[in-house]
Amino acid sequence: MDGYGTSMRKSLLIGIGTLAIGLAWCVWTAGSAEEGGGYGLGRTATDEEIRAWNIDVSPTGEGLPSGQGTVKQGAQVFAAKCAMCHGPTGTEGPKDRLVGGQGTLTTAKPVKTIGSYWPYATTLWDYIRRAMPFDHPGTLTSDEIYGVTAYVLFLNLIDRSDVASRSGGSRSGPRRKSVFGTGDAGEA
Amino acid sequence: MPRNEKPTANGPAADYARDRMVSRRRFLAGTVSLAGLAATTMMIPRLHAQEVKPPEDPMRVPGALPRPYGDRSPFVKSARVGGAGPGAPHGWGENAPNNFNSWTPLQDLHGIVTPSSLHFERHHNGVPLIDPARHRLLIHGLVNRPMIFSLDELERLPAVSRIAFLECSGNSHDLWLPNAPDFTVQDTHGLTSTSEWTGVKLSTLLEAVGVQRGASWMLAEGSDAAGMDRSVPLTDEVLQEAMICYGQNGEALRPEQGYPLRLFLPGYEGNINVKWLRRLKLGTAPFMTREETSKYTDLMPDGKAYQFSLVMEAKSVITSPSGRQQIHPGFHEIRGLAWSGRGRVTKAEVSVDGGRTWQPARLQEPILPKCHTRFLLPWRWNGQEAVLQSRCTDETGYVQPTRQELVKVRGTKSVFHYNAIQSWGVERDGRVRHIYA
Repeated sequence: MDGYGTSMRKSLLIGIGTLAIGLAWCVWTAGSAEEGGGYGLGRTATDEEIRAWNIDVSPTGEGLPSGQGTVKQGAQVFAAKCAMCHGPTGTEGPKDRLVGGQGTLTTAKPVKTIGSYWPYATTLWDYIRRAMPFDHPGTLTSDEIYGVTAYVLFLNLIDRSDVASRSGGSRSGPRRKSVFGTGDAGEA
Repeated sequence: MPRNEKPTANGPAADYARDRMVSRRRFLAGTVSLAGLAATTMMIPRLHAQEVKPPEDPMRVPGALPRPYGDRSPFVKSARVGGAGPGAPHGWGENAPNNFNSWTPLQDLHGIVTPSSLHFERHHNGVPLIDPARHRLLIHGLVNRPMIFSLDELERLPAVSRIAFLECSGNSHDLWLPNAPDFTVQDTHGLTSTSEWTGVKLSTLLEAVGVQRGASWMLAEGSDAAGMDRSVPLTDEVLQEAMICYGQNGEALRPEQGYPLRLFLPGYEGNINVKWLRRLKLGTAPFMTREETSKYTDLMPDGKAYQFSLVMEAKSVITSPSGRQQIHPGFHEIRGLAWSGRGRVTKAEVSVDGGRTWQPARLQEPILPKCHTRFLLPWRWNGQEAVLQSRCTDETGYVQPTRQELVKVRGTKSVFHYNAIQSWGVERDGRVRHIYA
């Protein structure tokens, strides 16, 4: 349909999540090699147990499950399960505004949305899976999450010709270059 | 004859005492009869309807018996106030369904410890009800041996306790606004509290799992309906001080504070102290969760955002006299709290003339690192207009900034990490108001 596609897949989100910010961090190496700390408490986690809880998705795309969803499918999910809080087009509320606000961050009334402020698309996928819909968290299928993610990005980016012209592998959240991750974590 | 059936006392106070006795007897007997329920339900409205009247002479009426779990005097009404984000109204009633914060009534507190029932709250989708017998902590990622711990096992590991503050980075968020509403100190500064926290050191657990080379960040995830999660940098400071807590002020954590388990990072912004902790995952980079990208970041005047601004910088506030209080000429002890996420408070100063002159206040022991510190200064109000301020200095030499200094650097759109000097204007009629001075 257009340059950034109507279909959201794992590979695409991985591309979107590519990190462009430089974060310094300290490297810590393991302390005591004595396994178990000598207390004999706790047990080894099985792979199955880890898989069941290991739900986070990183900006590299690590953690994204297989699945796919189109903007059209996402629009249907959004209308049924998201619009009552975020409004029919993601701008009306009453809860967090999701769309628009680009160019407002230096004004007297910054409008922080996924389009204007969120640096990573993978964060959107992760957050929808863990916390949305607010009254029924954890109920969307992976395909539905891919669809809703695609739809919300579509709502935010449709009028951005620069985005439409980019190749699939280099897309970022619209704000990735303006978030800098330094602070105390980086100085230490 | 059981004491609670003795027909000696009459009147509301005796009724109150008797109801409590009945309730206690039912509890001890372990009966869940309709009669027991009726007695309990009759007791609750009586307490809440504030019908309790003290006897004319408490020395002439037998008092109440011991009870299984204490409550404060029915005459003490100090309470948290609820609310939502910047600009949202504070209160309960109609607001309650939208509230996700509650503020600590700092104006009513003594000393430095916040009663657990008055500790401020911030939830991202309510307070989960968690069965401690089923709760588990998983530690995995870049570790030699991924492990699962039960609550019992964590409580058996070597324990540490520490008295420290916990402050929401959004504390005082309304003070970025250009106008100064008629706030109390609870409204302006009530998203900070101090507790004695007890738990196991993070380093004890990391030694158990064996951290692999290159692990420099740790995802902490809660088991609430938001799956609230944050990335923690594994700095030396974090490795030395971080705790996995199950205790607060001598008892189990309150549900609002993460029962049965929470992360505690002394001096760091409240949000990263993940409650209802279920998972720690070690990795090589921050995980860029929603809370650390779109929410707990500080928007700067140039449109960029400051991320991972984790330390709560030095801050102080006068809690008495404070906003919306009424004072009278004569003696007052100016009292307040000072704290710093970087260590001990070394100095607290008070001005009664809007910052033109300053006097050192007395710091009340204990003076602990990353902990509320009580400061006190005697003052005689002469009935003239006054502007009360406090400013603190921490052990790094950092001095709490004026609002003007803070806004000059940060603008007014940061939302988070407001730590400027607070001003209370005292009017001629003795009314105290929140002002910018």
